[in-house]
Amino acid sequence: MPDSHTIIHGASEAAHDAHAEHPAYLRHHFENTAQQADATNFAMWLFLVTEVMFFGGMFTAYLIYRNWYYPAFVAASHQLDVRWGTLNTLVLIISSFTMAMGVWCAETRRKSGLVLCLVLTMILGVGFLGIKTIEYSEKIEKHHVPGFHYSLQSFTDPQSDPAVYAEYHDKALPLDMARHTEVYFSLYFALTGMHALHMIIGIAILVFMIFRAQAGAYTSGHVTFVENFGLYWHFVDIIWIYLFALLYLISRHQ
Amino acid sequence: MSATIVSLPDQSTARIPKMNYLTKENGLLSWLLTGDHKRIAMLYLISLSFFFFIGGALAGLIRLELLTPQADLMATDTYNKVFTMHGVIMIFFFLVPSVPATLGNFLIPMMIGAKDLALPKINLLSWYLYVAGGILAIYTMAAGGVDTGWTFTTPLSTHYVNTNVLTTGLAAFIAGFSSIFTGLNFIVTIHKMRCPGMTWFRLPLFVWAHYAASILMVLATPVVAIAIVLIALERTIGIGVFDPTKGGDPLLFQHLFWFYSHPAVYIMILPGMGVISETISTFSRKRVFGYTAVAFSSVAIAVFGFFVWAHHMFIMGISNYAVLVFSLLTMLVAVPSAIKIFNWTFTLYKGSITFETPMLYTFGFMGLFTIGGLTGVFLGTSGTDIHLTETYFIVAHFHFVMVGGMLMAFLAGIHFWWPKITGRMYPEKISQLAAVVTFIGFNFTFFPQFILGTLGMPRRYASYPPEFQVLNVFSTAGATILGVGYLLPVLYLTWSLKYGEIAGNNPWQATGLEWQTQSPPLTENFTVTPIMDHEAYDYEWLEKQKEKEVTHAG
Repeated sequence: MPDSHTIIHGASEAAHDAHAEHPAYLRHHFENTAQQADATNFAMWLFLVTEVMFFGGMFTAYLIYRNWYYPAFVAASHQLDVRWGTLNTLVLIISSFTMAMGVWCAETRRKSGLVLCLVLTMILGVGFLGIKTIEYSEKIEKHHVPGFHYSLQSFTDPQSDPAVYAEYHDKALPLDMARHTEVYFSLYFALTGMHALHMIIGIAILVFMIFRAQAGAYTSGHVTFVENFGLYWHFVDIIWIYLFALLYLISRHQ
Repeated sequence: MSATIVSLPDQSTARIPKMNYLTKENGLLSWLLTGDHKRIAMLYLISLSFFFFIGGALAGLIRLELLTPQADLMATDTYNKVFTMHGVIMIFFFLVPSVPATLGNFLIPMMIGAKDLALPKINLLSWYLYVAGGILAIYTMAAGGVDTGWTFTTPLSTHYVNTNVLTTGLAAFIAGFSSIFTGLNFIVTIHKMRCPGMTWFRLPLFVWAHYAASILMVLATPVVAIAIVLIALERTIGIGVFDPTKGGDPLLFQHLFWFYSHPAVYIMILPGMGVISETISTFSRKRVFGYTAVAFSSVAIAVFGFFVWAHHMFIMGISNYAVLVFSLLTMLVAVPSAIKIFNWTFTLYKGSITFETPMLYTFGFMGLFTIGGLTGVFLGTSGTDIHLTETYFIVAHFHFVMVGGMLMAFLAGIHFWWPKITGRMYPEKISQLAAVVTFIGFNFTFFPQFILGTLGMPRRYASYPPEFQVLNVFSTAGATILGVGYLLPVLYLTWSLKYGEIAGNNPWQATGLEWQTQSPPLTENFTVTPIMDHEAYDYEWLEKQKEKEVTHAG
């Protein structure tokens, strides 16, 4: 990363003289717009680092327990429908594409294109949550939500769950191993729940951005907000790709 | 003691500059909606002091209870709540934000020649988060408190207590985000906002120390955040990540918790070390010996700090190999701390030392931190740790580091930069007295606890065998002296706001860029972006500057 003083150097006096020529979005404490964009961008990357650490705690827990309770994690992951997971992955990847197009539209000052991209991104985000709701409701019906009502039936007696049994032919787990499926679902709900929370926050910001974009706020040269939100959205997407691999895919065939 | 470097302007003609960050705007809203890093620092200073005295009052209650061997002042479960709230408030609402959020906030932009932190709104947001978390913590106390200890240890916190774990956890969670935003802001500012000529190795060591602490804030705090979320989910809907009956492992919680909470002690102490580097150089009139070594030792502490967390868990059932490795790594972290202490001592060597209040606190820091740090090596050694852990030896050790180290550094810093912050001097004689009283009171309070610990008195109990009473009485008596030592600054610093002598720009003849501005500074800090054309702590440069001023006047 470049030393900041090379950016500022020589600009200090010039910036002071040319006070009237500042664009309106330049905050008073920055020397110039390049420094402002550079700083906010760097801040966003740092924030994403904290997010990595936040999810990292749960990924650590997942990896440890998966090693300890391998059969339980395999049986429990068979309860997830890989078709829904794949569909959701596609939805998110497409939304990342529309978001990237949105950033491009902002940079090239295409207002209607930006609004369209943001709306599409939002619709895809809502669609993801809709599919997640379908998956969650299935878990609720089968009593696979950890806690007081948790049921081991699908694991101690797999044939009681014909749809899953037809696909995987799982053997019944001994009771003490079957109980550990609850740890899997604890992590499943904690991880996907935290991810969904990030989606909800993202969608709320998207709604705000759509209104601002319509007012022309991001197509006058000041694109850092759209860019930084784009980074956030891609990050949430990447987290999902890890979740998809760890929760749905790696235990499909053993 | 007669020698002094203080040079004040002629008091009969000197005036506080009419235009400064305090007078720029008026009214409550101009403070509550401010983006000015100096005003936010003041908001922090006021709220921090408030929480410090709440935490201090709780400490007073603990010491009073321990005056006698029986649990007679309060019931044992009340005692549990009192020491828990003492820990929660002191750690999350005083020690972690203490120096960074007040002095760091105020000084980092000024030291690097910037007009503000890179993200002023985020800075204000972090103060609001801090206050929100603090209010929640106070609410928790009013609603009956929490008795898990500040460590929220599972399965105690998830299964066995029915106190306000959730609200306390949420309070710590929110305060954590406040800390993340502060750290993030500092890192961005130090990278992107330095003035022309301000290279990394011309930064004051205060900035280096904050940079290292900020790395810890940004990388470690999210991990405790997720640990708290999982505790909350376990208490509310009963997920089983830490629940042994479902196959979860309570030890995993400890790993996640200490992965933050060990680096957190470096978040607490590193900014204090930054203060000490500044004061020791100014009051010895010498460049800090081994500038580069001190700068990198801050970063080394931050890096090593991430790899020692399991030394909190030697007796908790981790494997012998883990004990061996973490014991070794713990020894390593003592090295950069010792580098700092030695370099500060060499800075004193042949320096022109004067004994103003900040320097007295600095000496207090160096002595007490050395004791606190060395007893940490006792505890990092697995053999002695098994005997000493969970006794008063631990209590004494971390109070030597945190109170003897960090709080001394905080007070050193507050006194040192008080003229810059307010434009007025604090009264010198009474503050020297306060520094000495604090040092004496501190040693009376906590040194007996080392002895109690080696004798085997366990921590976290309201009652103890009668043979420990003498030392406990010593400790409680010391705490009263310490209390006086902490009340005095509040009184005379408030007094000095109106009656203190006018300080002028640079009463200490210090070299940092912050001292080359008016006191109190302008809202935009510098009228023209400064250009750094000399090394840090360059006293010859300062002399030349003064000569220039004289020739201009003539």
